[in-house]
Amino acid sequence: MRIIAIAAALAGIFAAPALAQDAAKGKGVFESRCVGCHSLETNRVGPALGTVFGRKAGTNPGFGYSAALKAAGHTWDAEKLEKWLTNPQAFVPGAVMPFRLGSEEERKDVVAFLRSFKK
Amino acid sequence: MNRDNNPSTIVAARRTILRAAGGATLSAGAVALLAGCQGMGSATAMRSDPPKDTAILNVALGLEHEAIAAYQLGAESKLLRGPVLQVAVLFQSHHKEHRDTLAGAITKMGGTPAQAKPMREYAAALNAASLKSAGDVLQLAAKLEKGAANAYLGVIPSFSNDDLRKVAGRLAADETMHWTVLAQAIRETLPQKAFTFGA
Repeated sequence: MRIIAIAAALAGIFAAPALAQDAAKGKGVFESRCVGCHSLETNRVGPALGTVFGRKAGTNPGFGYSAALKAAGHTWDAEKLEKWLTNPQAFVPGAVMPFRLGSEEERKDVVAFLRSFKK
Repeated sequence: MNRDNNPSTIVAARRTILRAAGGATLSAGAVALLAGCQGMGSATAMRSDPPKDTAILNVALGLEHEAIAAYQLGAESKLLRGPVLQVAVLFQSHHKEHRDTLAGAITKMGGTPAQAKPMREYAAALNAASLKSAGDVLQLAAKLEKGAANAYLGVIPSFSNDDLRKVAGRLAADETMHWTVLAQAIRETLPQKAFTFGA
């Protein structure tokens, strides 16, 4: 058992580190990559994102969503936001958002940032 | 009072900004860009997806409408003067060229260009009431330009053909140029690392 425990510990040391989510870094990502179209408080070219975590897709009041996103039916969580940011049209075919965030680390960080606003 | 602060120069510049948007005449550059977009070889045309591309172009057009409005709000705030105002007028004119090029491309591809919203909606969305100084205006402009540069770089993979990807790259270059000038004006620290834009 001791050998197994040691082996497990060594596996943990040498395994590729899981990408930690960093909300502080995510704020920087949001401010450089996302503010072209989004703000936290108001709808602009894209919908306001301050309440996106836990929000049903396509439902922020006052924003003109695509029919595809209005019909998507899911609730935004970390997994879905990361898939969305990887390739919006692949995740929700017919969605309008064309922007992809190519870095996995930046996706996780910006999701952590957006999650920090969830009450 | 030097020429740059001459009231008639400022008034003329403001008139330029306050002239109603919507001039549909395309510049020679816009025509050339559109020719590149639509003059696709058969191989390119086969890979194209006009409905998807026009939807993306309309998102870009929305960005340009907002940028034009942002500079309009900046000028109407009367917080910008002289050379700074002239640069704002110039950058707004670039965005108008972008707007006209995008709207023309969308139309040629069979789509309907997105319309600009009422100014009061941009004023609310951009929190224009919070602008109290020239620095505030330039910081807002810099933030929007940087965001737009990154947005155009971010949408490049989503276009279905190389011509539109190239247009997105050129749009990103213009916005980056705008950001660089504005960043210097507000003494924003330049990026210390390469590959700051795009991801």
